[in-house]
Amino acid sequence: MAALELAQQLQARFADVLTGPVEFRGEATLKLADAARVAEVCAFAKESLSFDLLLDISSIDNYGEDPRWTVVYELYGTGHGCHLRLKTDVSEEKSELPTVTYVWRGADWHEREIYDMMGVRFAGHPDLRRILMWDGYPYFPLRKDFPLAGKPTDLPEVAFTKPAPLEGGPFVTVAGGKDSIAREPRVRNPES
Amino acid sequence: MATSQTIEFREPASRVAEGAKSLMPTPAPAPVGDDGDLVGEKMVLNMGPSHPSTHGVLRIVLELDGEIITKATPDVGYLHRGDEKIAENMTYTQFIPYTDRLDYLAPLANNVAYALAVEKLLGIEKQLPPRCQYIRVICCEMARISAHLLGLGAFAMDIGALTVFLHTFTEREKIYSLIERLTGARFTTSYTRIGGLSRDLPPGWADALRKFCDEVEVNFAESETLLTRNRIFVDRTRNIGIISRTDAIDYGLTGPNLRGSGVDYDVRKAHPYLVYGELDFEVPVGSVGDSYDRYLVRMEEMRQSVRLIRQCLAKLPGGDDNESKELISVPDGKITLPPKAKVLSSMEELIHQFMLVTQDINAPPGEVYFGAENPKGELGFYINSRGGGTPYRLKIRAPSFCNLSILPHVLPGHMMSDAVSILGSIDFVMGECDR
Repeated sequence: MAALELAQQLQARFADVLTGPVEFRGEATLKLADAARVAEVCAFAKESLSFDLLLDISSIDNYGEDPRWTVVYELYGTGHGCHLRLKTDVSEEKSELPTVTYVWRGADWHEREIYDMMGVRFAGHPDLRRILMWDGYPYFPLRKDFPLAGKPTDLPEVAFTKPAPLEGGPFVTVAGGKDSIAREPRVRNPES
Repeated sequence: MATSQTIEFREPASRVAEGAKSLMPTPAPAPVGDDGDLVGEKMVLNMGPSHPSTHGVLRIVLELDGEIITKATPDVGYLHRGDEKIAENMTYTQFIPYTDRLDYLAPLANNVAYALAVEKLLGIEKQLPPRCQYIRVICCEMARISAHLLGLGAFAMDIGALTVFLHTFTEREKIYSLIERLTGARFTTSYTRIGGLSRDLPPGWADALRKFCDEVEVNFAESETLLTRNRIFVDRTRNIGIISRTDAIDYGLTGPNLRGSGVDYDVRKAHPYLVYGELDFEVPVGSVGDSYDRYLVRMEEMRQSVRLIRQCLAKLPGGDDNESKELISVPDGKITLPPKAKVLSSMEELIHQFMLVTQDINAPPGEVYFGAENPKGELGFYINSRGGGTPYRLKIRAPSFCNLSILPHVLPGHMMSDAVSILGSIDFVMGECDR
């Protein structure tokens, strides 16, 4: 499989920090141990292995684990048609990794979105502002410790948020419960 | 640093200025800002969030020098509903209706893309019954025709050709009638299920679709006569908003916008999913990368979609009315709901039904990315599962979001009125961009 070969080439070039590739459902995933080198690895993948299209950057909140954040890059080469996933962990204390905007300019908005939703910063990003929420919004809504119903905020003359009115209703299942028994509305204490 | 610019007045304006000079006292010198720049040379104009050509709630802060755009800062997020957060808090099946509301001009295509992503996580995409796969392709292509019809109609209307909009909407209404007969809803279809479809084709539906295919081709020809050689349309679109091949790839453009710039990348051809590998179709590619090329690519894509629908209808296993009782869902009680009659008479099916409704499918731990070729581009779902019926993290790669990120690069240097033409040709949906 060609994607696996390309992943092995990339792993061989950065053997000290890259592990893998792991294959699942026909996709190759590489894990980068040192998040500070992500821009360097991506630049090599683009220049030498012609992964010219950055499909997506996602972020995962591994709440309660250390390191807390995982940032996932989905790379694709329009020439060879292979897909590669690159993952790296970022600790909560640091919450920062280098930007790849200078490798693919399309990374700009993806990184802003991760900053907006998770609060992970990208060092060297040309314009790291919130993108979906408004400037001045105090929380990072995709974090696992942010409630589904939202938190009340008020930024006078800009915007405000209120908790979703359905939360706590009699037939609303509790979000995020482990199994159906925990989500079942009738077992829930009405005061909680 | 103080800069001054000589502004060239056009003839009528200069005449007015000459006339005004004799009447007005000598104007006071322009106030000087803190940094020494002359104030009032550049104008900042808010375009949107409620502007007819922004097709929803896109806001662009334009910095104008006269009529020339010098800087464009898009502001997205007005339609942010937190779909990704919602997905983490419900089962895979419960999230299907939310996918209707991503690209709300092509809900069927979103349903199919999401179902395929979850099926890839389960590893059952090869087990899908052939009839289900053909029907899903028909759905995707109907959604593509309907989305492109709206895109083209609105694009033409924004730059002054109102008639095209009326033509395309006539056909779009027919598609919505067909979709309503198929799924029970015009917009919020929620047609797919994990591992299959919610229902089979209704009687006589395939014939109605054949009739529609014949009618819509006539309509394409009419719309094309109105636009392709229309002098005004060509003047407003040709060499406007040129996106080079490398820029298109660099900014992560996909779909007709990428192909308009000459990159031959279509997920249906590059990584055929469903039965696209067995079907015969062509992928149109532009040569210049301007608004006109993007229009031509969409026009041809609709013709190819009609071709695909015709092939699917001809090859549909079980025929129009499924007399041979071909399956439309994976026959696995742990993935799709068993028939109701069996639930009421057999213990095993009752347990499956109970488990599916309360806990949903039991997905393995792992992560997958699946991208499908949607009308706007590659709609991707990244699913990170830790096992069970709820995704730990679901990231939506929205094509409109990536396509819009090129605006700060492509808008500067154009006239203010060209922004409307460029926005129309990029053909975005904010429901998908903001999620």
